[in-house]
Amino acid sequence: MGFVRGFFNWLGTTLKLMTYNKAGFIGFLSTCAILIICLIGPFFIPLDTKTKLDNIYQPPSAEYWMGTDHQGRDIFSQIVHGGKDVIYVAAVAAFLSTFIAVGFGTLSAFAGGKIDTAIMGVTDVFLTIPQFPLLAVLAAFITLNNLTFLGLFLGALSWPALLRAVRSQALSLKERDFVEAARALDLGTSHIVFRELVPNMMTYIVISFTLALTAAVYTQVGLVLLGLVPVSGSNWGVMISFAWTQGAIFFRDAMWRIMMPILAIALFQLSVITMTRSLELAFNPRLRTMV
Amino acid sequence: MQNYYVRRIARALLMIWIVSTIIFFLIRLLPGNPVEQYIARLIETQGMDYENARSQAAALFAIDLDAPLWQQYADYIWNLLHFNLGVSITSPGTPVSAIIARFLPWTIFSVGIGLTFSFVFGILLGLMMAYRREGFLDHALTVFASVVSSIPNYLIGILLVVWLGVQWKILPIAQMRGTMSPGMTPSFSWAFLSDALFHAFLPISTYVLTTIGTWMLSMKGSTVGTLGEDFVTVARARGLKDWRITTAYVGRNAALPLFTQLTIAIGFVVGGSFLIETIFQYQGIGYVLSSAIAQRDYPVMQGVFLVITVSVIVANTLADFLYGWLDPRIKVG
Repeated sequence: MGFVRGFFNWLGTTLKLMTYNKAGFIGFLSTCAILIICLIGPFFIPLDTKTKLDNIYQPPSAEYWMGTDHQGRDIFSQIVHGGKDVIYVAAVAAFLSTFIAVGFGTLSAFAGGKIDTAIMGVTDVFLTIPQFPLLAVLAAFITLNNLTFLGLFLGALSWPALLRAVRSQALSLKERDFVEAARALDLGTSHIVFRELVPNMMTYIVISFTLALTAAVYTQVGLVLLGLVPVSGSNWGVMISFAWTQGAIFFRDAMWRIMMPILAIALFQLSVITMTRSLELAFNPRLRTMV
Repeated sequence: MQNYYVRRIARALLMIWIVSTIIFFLIRLLPGNPVEQYIARLIETQGMDYENARSQAAALFAIDLDAPLWQQYADYIWNLLHFNLGVSITSPGTPVSAIIARFLPWTIFSVGIGLTFSFVFGILLGLMMAYRREGFLDHALTVFASVVSSIPNYLIGILLVVWLGVQWKILPIAQMRGTMSPGMTPSFSWAFLSDALFHAFLPISTYVLTTIGTWMLSMKGSTVGTLGEDFVTVARARGLKDWRITTAYVGRNAALPLFTQLTIAIGFVVGGSFLIETIFQYQGIGYVLSSAIAQRDYPVMQGVFLVITVSVIVANTLADFLYGWLDPRIKVG
């Protein structure tokens, strides 16, 4: 019981801290809503695959919330089903790149010396090579038909900017008084790392993760638009890509078909980025003790 | 003083060398590398025997496949120094360097104008937001900046086509395709310049819209921090004119951290430009890259990718020079 109560206490404090920034909290709610719709929605809303030629390019109505596409299919059901692949790939990529960035960024900062020079040298080279063309050129001779592999591929190449940021954060933490004090008290390396450093780095790690998430959505949809990722089915990126290659962006009536997946992606990106403002508060150990 | 510039240039050259080396090993040694894929395709589609296919591939990539690896590498570097990047597969006989020379200036033109415009106006708007913080203008611009900077740039590009071109019919998007109107020849005349700007209008607007938000928000944050500094209070106490404090004391110092961000932004914008150019059918280097990727024209892909990376390195070095000129302190360190 005590554990459960402790958990709810923690959750309550976290949510309370998050409401301190109103825009951030709205971003949080909207991110949750998008996640729920995309991950649970498909179980309740069937994907409309039936061609209804008497029904093409309908504007939004009570029956078709987001209108219909060039084959008279319901766009809303495609949007609901089209999110999970995008979010899954982005999450895999974000986990991998955050892991690399945080792991090697802190290692670089704390080890110093030759290890630091080597890690930063590699990072600088990767940072100089423009990410998106590199991904596109590599995708031209690597087959990316598996979602997990696509996520790992994106994650493996998109850590450099995050690593630099994490390293500079770790460098500044290393010199702070409380770390100095913990060292002077001889509290041991594991205490210093997990009790002093990680809680202070947590904000940074979480924000790195959300930024990596949006970056992965960006590159992923970009690769789909270039036709380099043969992902089939209804996926927000694939929807835009089809609308584009079929020339629907130049067709007046086809507006809803293009606008809805664009809005879905834009709303997801905006929500996640805005949410970071609240996460900044929720994971700040100093604010927690003040509540 | 001199030392700073020399160090920066040496660093840029080192970077260019490392990147070219990486590219060499990617095309030559990776399993399923372009050379092997091209040989396989020739055998498959043209019924060529292995020897012929191999020698044709060697000619295209300007690599002697029978020489030892170090010799191939030395040749590759030697060829690069002479701007010999091989020959295009899809338009036979056209050297890759000629393709680059023809299309690169358009990308430098559009990306350069777009980034400069957005950086300068972003800084001015950010400065204004910081001076009028918590006012209506600040809130409105903050919302605008957060929204535009979170939407992927190619989606903004598509939105511009859909709304300005198709739904509202404000812009003649069909005429705006390409880099200049038919029959126009490059010259230093108003007619040519305005035509070039007319055709580059949509890509430039996209670059400005997608990057200006970041500059506005960073500049605002940085300015608010600078306004509390002692030297600003001292400048006020000395009775300096407000305008002079804003420009020479607050603005100049607040803009400094943004220059480090500029170097990352240049890479990002140049990197993303190839989707933007494809959307607007703007024939710059990015457009060439995306069609080379679509047709698997490996020598062009390799050459263009190298040129894009080198442009980013050059742009970063220029940004570093500008930074060193604005903040003399870093030249010492």
